[in-house]
Amino acid sequence: MTTPTPPPTPPSASTTTTSTSTDKTPAPASERRSWLRDHSELGVCVLLLALGVLVLTDALTMDVDITQRGPVGPRTVPLGVGTGLLVVAALLAVDVLRGGRGQAGTGEDIDLSEPADWRTVVLLAGVFLGTAVLIEPLGFPIAGALLFWGAAFALGSRRFDRDPLIAAVVSFVTYAVFNNLLGVPLPGGPLMGVL
Amino acid sequence: MNALNSLMDGFGTALTPLNLLWAAVGVLLGTAIGVLPGIGPAMAVALLLPVTYGLEPTGAFIMFAGIYYGAMFGGSTTSILLNTPGESAAVVAAMEGNPMAKAGRGAQALAAAAIGHFAGGMVGTVLLVALAPAVADLAVDIGAPDYFAIMVLAFIAVTSVLGSSRIRGMASLLIGLTIGLVGLDRMTGQQRLTFGSLQLADGVDVVIVAVGLFAIGEALWVAAHLRRRPPDPIPVGRPWLGRADVRRTWKSWARGPFIGFPFGAIPAGGAEIPTFLSYVTEKRLSKHQDEWGKGAIEGVAGPESAASASAAGTLVSMLTLGLPTTAVAAVMLAAFQQYGIQPGPLLFEREPDLVWGLIASLFVGMVLLLALNLPLAPVWAKLLRIPRPYLYAGIMFFAAVGAYAVGGEVIDLVILLIIGLIGFGMRRYGLPVLPAVIGVILGPAAEQQLRRALQISDGSVTGLVNTPFSVIVYAVVALLLAWPLVRGALPRRNPRT
Repeated sequence: MTTPTPPPTPPSASTTTTSTSTDKTPAPASERRSWLRDHSELGVCVLLLALGVLVLTDALTMDVDITQRGPVGPRTVPLGVGTGLLVVAALLAVDVLRGGRGQAGTGEDIDLSEPADWRTVVLLAGVFLGTAVLIEPLGFPIAGALLFWGAAFALGSRRFDRDPLIAAVVSFVTYAVFNNLLGVPLPGGPLMGVL
Repeated sequence: MNALNSLMDGFGTALTPLNLLWAAVGVLLGTAIGVLPGIGPAMAVALLLPVTYGLEPTGAFIMFAGIYYGAMFGGSTTSILLNTPGESAAVVAAMEGNPMAKAGRGAQALAAAAIGHFAGGMVGTVLLVALAPAVADLAVDIGAPDYFAIMVLAFIAVTSVLGSSRIRGMASLLIGLTIGLVGLDRMTGQQRLTFGSLQLADGVDVVIVAVGLFAIGEALWVAAHLRRRPPDPIPVGRPWLGRADVRRTWKSWARGPFIGFPFGAIPAGGAEIPTFLSYVTEKRLSKHQDEWGKGAIEGVAGPESAASASAAGTLVSMLTLGLPTTAVAAVMLAAFQQYGIQPGPLLFEREPDLVWGLIASLFVGMVLLLALNLPLAPVWAKLLRIPRPYLYAGIMFFAAVGAYAVGGEVIDLVILLIIGLIGFGMRRYGLPVLPAVIGVILGPAAEQQLRRALQISDGSVTGLVNTPFSVIVYAVVALLLAWPLVRGALPRRNPRT
């Protein structure tokens, strides 16, 4: 509940300490890498900075002469938000350099003692993107089933007898409930055209 | 008196068979989804938003109210039986509830929680009936500067009361405000941050932001750190309470609402603070000091009652001022906006059927919750064993359904994923999610009020502080901002003794 919390061992920090302690020759290059990894939160500052610049550029290049009515035009608030982003980026950088660390989110199924499993995250995001591409050509029932199965697979489920079946049932039932019962249209795709 | 008549009309709305059905569906869905590990009330409401797209507003909000209360109750079941609460409001329930379950008193812990929820919700809703029309009457005359002040208060409160770091809260708020800027300017039609894209000209739908940040962000974050072996839930029978337990807990049930309700109504983080305050109060007043930490039933009953009442308090500010004080209220406000309804002082005049039907359905939902959850508790406990790949695959799946159902556009799924990745990054670096959601929802409204106020005053900044109400609100804002300095100057007291 207090301001800048002492580092509650974020996942990357724990991995860096183990990796640097195993190879006892601290070459300057690896030292710099581990410093960067320890301070990876600075990346957030860079993103906030970039976002701030983007918002400010957009606001300043806006052509407001014709549309402006009243003393405050469509520019004022973006200018304020953009400036705020720059200020917060700077303040956050100061906080990180002084040792402040954001507290990583916790939850029932979250184990922060292990390093982050990037493969799963990339796979999940890929499956989701694939669904976005497939939903119109294949229709919701098939694309949704592929999404469910693909996501379960990415998360480590390997029951090839059960997983596709559950995915298909979930997707078809959802389609029927939304499309037919609740009146929320979803694309049926070629399969529903056949049935 | 007038309120009572309106409430009776509300019961007329809520007790129609169809609305009764929506209330029951909401309570059951809400509890089931709230019990599922990893899904808090806000995600539950966000994921269930598309279910209501086909409904008319009254039915939809009656269902939402059921989902809200059900999800809060479900969350406490999870923390009692698993001891790894996902959302802050349920942390306190685990402190005494889990030791009770371990000692074989899980049934009593669940009963104390269920009845606590019922009592807190009932008292809270009575207070809502008594206060909301009065607040709405007072607020009817407030103008643009006052609204803007309230929204500034919401922004500052959500960034500085919640979470461990103000600067990270502020960063999150600004990200939300930026997303809220995307699209056509509401007053002049000027394109902002659209980069010439037609799809972005409509702005980013609030539902997509909420689902992306709460559901996709959470699923990706869990995926990165999935526990190899999920914790084993403690098996439990049908909840019941002996006479001795009732004698110990009834005062805790009665005290909880008066701690919870006021905190729910102000932007102070919803149930997090009142549950903890109630815990501390019950501990201090308890005659069984030796049991605390090992499973004191008052430590479940009081905080649960407070949590439930705080949900009712949340509805006061949401319905009368359009001010969301919790993540769930923020998502519900987004749902109101979907229907083109603007919560605020005029809501009670313009949509009396909706508002009073909703309030009456809270009473109905509470009774349903108690009647259904006591016998169903063993079933809910089984949900805790769901294989995690299916659980998180299901979250991704329903998030996709929700985003696609908004407008039937593929681009929405891509935006959802991008916002989900932002949510992932925010969880990784400890940026709270709620300020971003509040920023997206209230940002555009705040801008409109600001510009309206300045238009009236012809650009003079004094136009923002020309009413007593706005001055008071800014004083509160100043106090919130200065609080860390004030607290640092005060002599340190030990809160634990």
